[in-house]
Amino acid sequence: MQAMPDSQPIAIVARGLVKTFGDLRAVDGIDLDVPRGTIFGILGPNGAGKTTLLRMLATLLKPDGGSAQLMGHDLVTAPHEVRKSIAMTGQFASLDEDLTGRENLMLLAKLWGFRGRAGERADQLLAVFELADAARRQVKDYSGGMRRKLDIAASLVVTPSILFLDEPTTGLDPNARQSVWRMIRALAGEGVTILLTTQYLEEADQLAARIAVIDHGHKIAEGTSRELKAATGSGFLHVTLADPARIDAAARLLEQHLGGEAHRNVEGAELSIKANSPHDANAALAALTATGIELDGFSMAAPSLDEVFFALTGHGAESVPAIGEPK
Amino acid sequence: MKADVTYAVIQVERPAEPGAFSNALAFGWRAVLKFKHVPEQLFDLVMTPLMFTLLFTFVFGGALAGSTDRYVQFFVPGILVQTVVFNSVYSGMGLSTDLGKGLFDRFRSLPIWSLAPFAGLMVGDVLRHLIASLIILSIGMLLGYRPEAGFAGVLAALALLIVIGFGVGWVFLVLGLVMRTPNTVMTMAFTGIMPLVFASNIMVDPGTMPGWLRVFVDVNPVSLMTTAMRGLMNGGITWAQLGLAMLAPALLTALLAPVTL
Repeated sequence: MQAMPDSQPIAIVARGLVKTFGDLRAVDGIDLDVPRGTIFGILGPNGAGKTTLLRMLATLLKPDGGSAQLMGHDLVTAPHEVRKSIAMTGQFASLDEDLTGRENLMLLAKLWGFRGRAGERADQLLAVFELADAARRQVKDYSGGMRRKLDIAASLVVTPSILFLDEPTTGLDPNARQSVWRMIRALAGEGVTILLTTQYLEEADQLAARIAVIDHGHKIAEGTSRELKAATGSGFLHVTLADPARIDAAARLLEQHLGGEAHRNVEGAELSIKANSPHDANAALAALTATGIELDGFSMAAPSLDEVFFALTGHGAESVPAIGEPK
Repeated sequence: MKADVTYAVIQVERPAEPGAFSNALAFGWRAVLKFKHVPEQLFDLVMTPLMFTLLFTFVFGGALAGSTDRYVQFFVPGILVQTVVFNSVYSGMGLSTDLGKGLFDRFRSLPIWSLAPFAGLMVGDVLRHLIASLIILSIGMLLGYRPEAGFAGVLAALALLIVIGFGVGWVFLVLGLVMRTPNTVMTMAFTGIMPLVFASNIMVDPGTMPGWLRVFVDVNPVSLMTTAMRGLMNGGITWAQLGLAMLAPALLTALLAPVTL
């Protein structure tokens, strides 16, 4: 493995990881460097290879090429040591539906060696994850949000150095999603390195310190959310008109000044258009007011990750046909 | 997550790594809990052998053995073998269900003995086999079955049943690993099991079967198991019979247990 100076502790180092399923190169030469105690996002559409990558790093799939070290342990030659440092919460709740929440946690606590204290440990986790009331109910009666919480709790029976979360909020309602996000941030705050996959651009943006964008098994970009946005080199100007009737005139004027096409939301009398710099945006706004078009408000925003994804891949993140990742 | 208690949860002291046996016991505990939460599974376990026992004894018994009493004496040790073989299928289906839900991903990413989850399923199987066998045996005794070799013979027979269940269980665990849905496991399993169970000496004395079939029946592991069960329960067991009955379970374990890795 690579020698890492203590000042730069790296939790995950991957070099040229490859996994093929028949003709499909699900993961095709991915490098990763994930610093300790950070949240690292793997962003990509369905079928991009996110889950396959995660399953390889979690020792569930053998890589067909490349190498990786997790907390200094080699993935292929020391899987048992790797397993001691990691926990994985898969895309589908990895819980026993017939057992109660408490029993699920107790089973894992027993497997980690808590023996007689397994119940105590389960109760601690249930309390922290606000599941104490449902502790003695079978998991099949849990809501999606409760399952996800219990699933994450199950990954924390002992504190992992690295926690893998495969699409942690897929299928959750907005409230449950917020609560899972808070949980993830709190864990990272305690020094757990978190590698999460998501196809929600907002999720990567909200949580991850660094983001790797994956498409067709390749890493096509990596950086902070800001760096990725900066890489596309432009922002968006959003304006709200005082008089919706003037929307056509306003759109024409903006298009004249900024080039490109203005997206209109007639109902809200809103327009948004790509602006290459705040200076250009300013000039366009001045032109609007000079023509007597009154504004209720305006804002300049960096492009959304969706727009970034479009710029990087030439196709939108959500519009890609799902190939379906082999399990 | 409540922020004030996060620290306590995160900074838990790691207990010493448990041994393989302790891991297998934890999975066994899971199997016991399953009995508590899904008692209906007992119904699945017992219904088929119960129907077979009643049908064969009362419908065919007289014709096959002269009287229902004589038939029950012949049939009960065999139906116990059938019960165990049929019920092994359920653990394959259970495994397939676990795999589909990602449960095994969690187990496999733990630093535990990699056979422990399977060993745990086997612990559950042993329990299932014991419970189902005892129920069927009790019903057999109500119908007039008398184990001539006495209590010790019955105990030895139960032990042999566990060995059989353990060996045969691996077949369905491997099927459970390979097949995508629990239903495929069941269909595949019964396609294989039916000929093995019927073309055996469980239900009838193979003496009246055509010669070519008898060749198969005589080497059918299910027949060998049944012969040993009769020997143990009704008396007259030989070491050779016992050895032949355990041959298939031993071979299956040796060949298939490594596959599950």
